[in-house]
Amino acid sequence: MNFDLTEERQMLQDSLRRFLRDKYDTATRNKILESDSGLSTEIWQGLAELGVIGALFTEDQGGFGGAGFDLTTVFEELGRAGVVEPFLDTAVLAGGLIADLGTEAQQAHVEEIIAGTLQMAFAHGEPTSRYDLNRVQTSAKADGDNIVLNGRKAVVVNAEAADMLVVSARESGDAGDAEGISLFLVPADAKGLTIQGYALLAGGRAAEVTLDDVSILASARLGAAGKAASAIEARVAIANVALCAETLGAMETATALTKEYLMTRKQFGRPIGTFQALAHRMSDLLIELEQARSAVINAAGHLEGDDRQRDLHVAAAKNLLGRAGRMVAEDAIQMHGGIAMTQEYELAHIAKRIVMADHRFGDTDHHLERFIALSAA
Amino acid sequence: MDLSYSDEEKAFREEVRAFLDEKLPKEMAETIRKGEELGKEGQERWHAILNAQGWLAPNWPKQFGGAEWNAVQRHIFEEEAAAHYAPRTVPFGLSMLAPVLQKFGSKSQQDYWLPRILSGEDWWCQGYSEPGAGSDLASLKTMAVREGDHYIVNGQKTWTTLGQHANMIFCLVRTDKDVKQQEGISFLLIDMDTPGIEVRPIVLLDGGAEVNEVWFTDVKVPVENLVGEENKGWTYAKYLLTHERTNIAGVGFSRAGLTAVKRIARAEMSGGRPLIENPHFAARVAKAEIDLMAMSTTNLRIISKAAAGAAPGVESSMIKVKGTIIRQEINDLARRAAGVYAMPFASEAVEGSNEALPDPHSAGPVAAQYFNNRKLSIFGGSNEIQRGIIAKVTMGGGK
Repeated sequence: MNFDLTEERQMLQDSLRRFLRDKYDTATRNKILESDSGLSTEIWQGLAELGVIGALFTEDQGGFGGAGFDLTTVFEELGRAGVVEPFLDTAVLAGGLIADLGTEAQQAHVEEIIAGTLQMAFAHGEPTSRYDLNRVQTSAKADGDNIVLNGRKAVVVNAEAADMLVVSARESGDAGDAEGISLFLVPADAKGLTIQGYALLAGGRAAEVTLDDVSILASARLGAAGKAASAIEARVAIANVALCAETLGAMETATALTKEYLMTRKQFGRPIGTFQALAHRMSDLLIELEQARSAVINAAGHLEGDDRQRDLHVAAAKNLLGRAGRMVAEDAIQMHGGIAMTQEYELAHIAKRIVMADHRFGDTDHHLERFIALSAA
Repeated sequence: MDLSYSDEEKAFREEVRAFLDEKLPKEMAETIRKGEELGKEGQERWHAILNAQGWLAPNWPKQFGGAEWNAVQRHIFEEEAAAHYAPRTVPFGLSMLAPVLQKFGSKSQQDYWLPRILSGEDWWCQGYSEPGAGSDLASLKTMAVREGDHYIVNGQKTWTTLGQHANMIFCLVRTDKDVKQQEGISFLLIDMDTPGIEVRPIVLLDGGAEVNEVWFTDVKVPVENLVGEENKGWTYAKYLLTHERTNIAGVGFSRAGLTAVKRIARAEMSGGRPLIENPHFAARVAKAEIDLMAMSTTNLRIISKAAAGAAPGVESSMIKVKGTIIRQEINDLARRAAGVYAMPFASEAVEGSNEALPDPHSAGPVAAQYFNNRKLSIFGGSNEIQRGIIAKVTMGGGK
């Protein structure tokens, strides 16, 4: 047993933490949040040069990491600093799917992603799919050498900035079937593709993506026809581990800010942290933080194992982080009082990140049900 | 023990319903239903509609132009208003300042200020909290120094809700710093147009700016704007907190909130079925509903006691804590129900942000409301302060 980071990962963590401490404060992020694009290309490039994206891919894929603990090292730091740039969407989801399934020609995009020159989005969820990964109703129909896509994709993060989208569509079967789902690489400027963008509450931007007779070459398909479901499931498991690590990082910041505030804010002539009601509550948050850390380690450590073990630990982590995260976010705000609700104060954004992570790829209840089903199997 | 309303109370409920059906503008109810901001003009319009009916000030005695409803009548009105998606009235003048003026103000202050609250000539805001005086309000530092027939006020107030709309502010200020904290505080009425006052908006985590900082630099306030006696302001502020807390439990809001949660959960699909049929989600909703049913009766028990003339004691702290926990839980259910469509930025506080909302189930700005309503357990005496009061009264001998 050894719970220490390897030397390489420790170096990555140190340099990433230093970079973000120097370049990513509340005021900087608030400017990014208010900008039309919702992201900073300067930060993106800086982090790409630091190796943040490369760490998310294996050597075979052109990176230098790609394991569960590489992922959690990166995303814990991104979460700690409340980074809003869409590394999860461009690199882990869309980039990861290309790396997993792509032909040699398609793999060339991974190189551009690692270099920080390509933005991507994963257009998968639909207005009535909620958190069900197989509920795909967007259709893909053969038309000679081409494939014609029709449908609507919901809350596609980073769609506006993306040069290319990885779009899921059904070639056969019914909504809800695993069989019949394919993935396609669709250029953002494809005819018939409409992107209606909006800002997200916890930072970044997303869009409703409508595909109206979008015609692409059949060679734009990623992997085998109708066989993408298990690749999507595996990628979303990886994304959920990243999301959990990001939430863990945000929880570290929330608890650190709260501890500091309790020790410095005085009311009734003494630091409010000396009131037992608050001191005990703070202690509970620190306990939950360590629970969350262990859940993330469990999930990251099982990412490369067999599918059932992977899914069981990912479901456990997402459920635990959902519960512990809500408690940390709400209690951190409560113990601060009004100040925590102001946009100028770091905790406001951090709390939003923690809570809103529950709305991507399955919430607390969804993963509880998954865990129950997987434990019974 | 009888859980039913009396015939008079039932008749009153019918009267309230008929009024709301006829006089509440449809577009106004729609704005509230969608969780959008009514704005200053909308608020003033609703006040005028209620005033024309004589119902703007339900808690005021008739001699001051109020409806003088008892606690049960007020409760019935609040329930029906929430069920009809009627806007809330703005409480600062109506239910925060007015009771103080009626109890402690001079005849000329009552004659001048009270009618202006009803007519809408004045929009009041509250100047209590300061950056260093939150839960420990009595430690406030804004100074008022008497110079001839004026006070000169210097200092800073914060969390001033809707201060941007207000032309008047009632403030707690320090008039003596050499005595026990609570004994050197006075209650002043200040015209917001006086030179030396600056209002700075505070942007909140839902993007809105409903609260403000109010800065005072050598602000001249005529001595006739002192309410009651100098250095007795703390007594007046406390009177307000213990005797005039209306709708503290927020039962009507919670009921409307639960209805909204169920509406969203019927429209939202999960695994090919409406989310409302999902056992885990249904269990969460049921628990909130069970808690609300009991709390609603606790609230009515306190109201009946108050209607019989008893001063509410520790119970008002109890329903503040439980009421806010339930409301916040319902806000949490609403954001859960909306699923991925809780993610887009939409806010009741940011004009136009809801139009961009792509949500197919029109859940509204549920996540922003969830975050905004974290304030419920913070303001008006945080839940920790309320628990302290409950403990002190029930175990510490009380004061």
